[in-house]
Amino acid sequence: MQLSYQLRVAALTAAAIAFTSGAAFAQKKYDTGASDTEIKIGNIIPYSGPASAYGVIGKTEEAYFKKINAEGGINGRKITFISYDDAYSPPKAVEQVRKLVESDEVLVVFNPLGTPSNTAIQKYLNGKKIPQLFVATGATKWNDPKAFPWTMGWQPSYQAESRIYAKYILKEKPDAKIGLIYQNDDFGKDYLKGLKDGLGAKAASMIVAEEAYETSEPSIDSHIVKLKASGADTFYSITTPKFAAQAIKKVAELDWHPLQIVVNVSASVGGVIKPAGYENAQGILSAAYAKDGADPQWDNDPGMKKFLDFLKQYYPDGNRVDSSTVYGYGAAQTLVKVLQMCGDDLTRANVMKQAASLKDFEPDTLLPGVKINTSATDFAPIEQLRMQRFKGEKWEPFGDIISGELKD
Amino acid sequence: MELFINQILAGIATGAIYACMALAIVMIYQAIDHLNFAQGEMAMFSTFVSWQLMQWGVPYWGAFLITLVFSFFAGIAIERVLFKPLAKAPILTQVAGFIALYAIINSCAGLIWDFTIKQYPTPFGSSPFLGSQLISTHQAGMIGITLLMLLGLFFFFRYTRVGLAMRAAASLPESARLVGINTSWMIALGWGMAAAIGSVAGMMIAPVVFLEPNMMLGVLIYGFAAAVLGGLTSPFGAVVGGFLVGIFENLVGTYIPGVGNELKLPIALALIITVLVIKPAGLFGRHIVKRV
Amino acid sequence: MSAAEDLATHAPAVEAVPKRAMTLSAGTTIAILAVLVLVPAFTKNFVIFQLTMLLIYGLAVLALNILTGGSGQFSLGQSAFYAIGAYTSAILMEQYNVNYVLTLPVAGIICFGAGFLFGLPALRLSGVYLALATFALATAMPQLLKLGFFEPWTGGVQGLVVTKPDAPFGLPIGQDAWLYYFTLAVTVAIYIFSINLLRSRSGRAFMAIRDNEIAASAMGIDVSLYKTLAFGVSAGITGVAGGLGAIAVQFVAPDSYTIQLAISLFLGMVVGGVGWLPGSFVGAAFIIFVPNMAENISKGLSGAVFGVLLFLVIFLVPHGARQIAIVGQQLIGKLKKS
Repeated sequence: MQLSYQLRVAALTAAAIAFTSGAAFAQKKYDTGASDTEIKIGNIIPYSGPASAYGVIGKTEEAYFKKINAEGGINGRKITFISYDDAYSPPKAVEQVRKLVESDEVLVVFNPLGTPSNTAIQKYLNGKKIPQLFVATGATKWNDPKAFPWTMGWQPSYQAESRIYAKYILKEKPDAKIGLIYQNDDFGKDYLKGLKDGLGAKAASMIVAEEAYETSEPSIDSHIVKLKASGADTFYSITTPKFAAQAIKKVAELDWHPLQIVVNVSASVGGVIKPAGYENAQGILSAAYAKDGADPQWDNDPGMKKFLDFLKQYYPDGNRVDSSTVYGYGAAQTLVKVLQMCGDDLTRANVMKQAASLKDFEPDTLLPGVKINTSATDFAPIEQLRMQRFKGEKWEPFGDIISGELKD
Repeated sequence: MELFINQILAGIATGAIYACMALAIVMIYQAIDHLNFAQGEMAMFSTFVSWQLMQWGVPYWGAFLITLVFSFFAGIAIERVLFKPLAKAPILTQVAGFIALYAIINSCAGLIWDFTIKQYPTPFGSSPFLGSQLISTHQAGMIGITLLMLLGLFFFFRYTRVGLAMRAAASLPESARLVGINTSWMIALGWGMAAAIGSVAGMMIAPVVFLEPNMMLGVLIYGFAAAVLGGLTSPFGAVVGGFLVGIFENLVGTYIPGVGNELKLPIALALIITVLVIKPAGLFGRHIVKRV
Repeated sequence: MSAAEDLATHAPAVEAVPKRAMTLSAGTTIAILAVLVLVPAFTKNFVIFQLTMLLIYGLAVLALNILTGGSGQFSLGQSAFYAIGAYTSAILMEQYNVNYVLTLPVAGIICFGAGFLFGLPALRLSGVYLALATFALATAMPQLLKLGFFEPWTGGVQGLVVTKPDAPFGLPIGQDAWLYYFTLAVTVAIYIFSINLLRSRSGRAFMAIRDNEIAASAMGIDVSLYKTLAFGVSAGITGVAGGLGAIAVQFVAPDSYTIQLAISLFLGMVVGGVGWLPGSFVGAAFIIFVPNMAENISKGLSGAVFGVLLFLVIFLVPHGARQIAIVGQQLIGKLKKS
């Protein structure tokens, strides 16, 4: 059998070198899902149902791994990417993850999407000691290496982003009257908590109006009317793209001119600002950690050029305006880096160890200056954001790159 | 007081959306005696078709008319191909068919046009209507078009032979057949008209909510509620129902403390059900007397 | 604008299932049961998990069958009772350390009460109006579960993680297999109960109401009592299914119990054959496995493929799996004769 022959040869060579050089030579070590020729990566993402917009992330990652394979793979091994649909339903997520682990026998579960789905599978994966790597949600709870040593996030947490806005408001507009709208789910509530924590004792006095909306509402216009009527002069829009665009449009229609802050998820130029109307979005603030694929200011940036070439060659149906494509590329690139760092030790423990040893890693698609850093006590790879203001037809970053960590 | 009036106006503005959709729902109910879950998706697909035409350079009203005609024939085609074979099957099976249609249309739209939102133009402009910032000219235009459609339907059902034949076929199919009405084609015609009305609803709604494959789900729920509240046998009731639902919802969200904000939809639906318990056929529906 | 009079001699919305055809023959039942008992010995753990979910959803569809197929009341709101049952079990287990077995009857009773209470105002509604009312219930449930007021118990939007029980008395079988057998036992018990219920006087009352409510009331049947009873029983069984579901999935969250679940259960009922209790499990298999099949065929169009497959099924067998069973029985009958 080829595999064991190769292993024997490797072992003999290693022994020989070790014998002659006296130094220990790393042997190939594999857990289920990895071998000399292949690394199996599992993933779950909603391809159907109301959250199917995020399926593009999975398709982008699949295309990215195809590119890596075409370029020789990782240390000579090809990636087999197995991605299943969970329809954003936790029971389905559990079923699909169990299939990935017990039937497809993947090495790691990479970039699973959605807080409910990830909460559902977290205990199972940690119990089986399988990496739940680079979770695709900004919920803060993925950075808990003591309780869940096999779970690691990727993007900046929602609470961290909110705290950055809170810091900004406290500094630049300390007597602001804040009206906010938030999506009534884990996404919205996480951001809300971050803001309140960031404002601290002043939260109660500064927040004059809070509106919650459900994704089943066709239009949030009536909420905006109420917020204007509350007398707020600062408007924090904790919304997903469609509703963010509605809000921007309605605020302009009402001739209301608050300081408007929009969360990063909905800051896409092509996906939100352009449909809402450039003229309506002047002066809006947000924060970013990644480059916007729709923003022409990055067209000549070397990292972005690589991304655009990748889209053209491997994922022509992908829309650069869709921030999901930029996201998927960045996450996949991070995973490839970690796997490369593993060398020939492709055990799950080593994958986690390498993932927790990233130092100043800069994927092609992150903003200049934003770097990925992890350690044994820091399972939040990206923590930095830079605030930006919308002017003309694009975002202008300003200020320093800020870290959203709670250590003040 | 000002807040109250504002909320009423805002409710009328959103209610116009529901009224538009409710009209399409009542239309299909008139033809086939049950509700079509896929109505919203068909409207969404038609709106995408019109958007695509405009991307290819067709001017607004041209795209509007082409889409109207396309939707009419598409509705008939869907009925002939997919639902005529199910005509003898139990109603619940047909409902399953509607759900299947929903899944197919939604999925195809997502594949063809992806899920990023798209701006959709309005022929009425977006400036304040009569100086009020709460109702834009577009929303006024939407209300106008809805009322026009309502009037058209009224005349169609009351004063045309085809309209009369359709009503007959829906309420007493056997008797209708006996007098020579082709009930099967009446159903197809009903589908076509419902699809056309739905497409108008979609094209009116898209400028407000932004065009994307999942835009109609919420609208459909509220449209159903509005149609049922107004009475499924009355297009006029559907339109009134739409505005009432919009206003109800806003007032609930504003004035019921604490939970009103988070439970807007359930409370609105609960109110509608209460109305139904008192008036089982809806506010303007004709009361059905059952004979054994 | 439609007729002011509606002849109630029209075909009822839900067709009657003749009593003889209501269950499978004894032989078939025993054969299926044997297969169900032996299967875990030959398959991987996650297949056992899928089978457990099949039984659980089968129970929920069974409950819907009693309500719609039995008493003719249309419901799109079963996901609400499933959610109540699931959360009851989860809260009792995680916040109050109650043994998982005891949580099921509690879940069942609470849901019975909820269903009964819901059935009361729903008495005056029928057909599409009842559909809307149950739909309202289904959409309200996730939002109720997210309410800040309940957060200390429900965990709010984050939900609750549930601990899976080990096999008792130190039996040497894994957690999945134990839960499967436990679920199987509960399922069989409820199945037998349901069959007996539908064959009993109450069951006949249900069916009389389903076929012709006015005539039934004219004959002296207490329509209100039986209709609300049907709702209650159906909700209770769905609640038990929900509780089992919470234990199997080990997690409850408001977004697990949306209207999509209610629609899936409805589809399961139609595919299995309305009113035919054994078909409930065929329907459950459909709603678990066909979406996976659709995904294998095309990821981007998985919804469309699912819709097409659903259409195929309802074109070929508009009356659901019951039709196949009838054909099968006829074939066996013919074989026996020759």
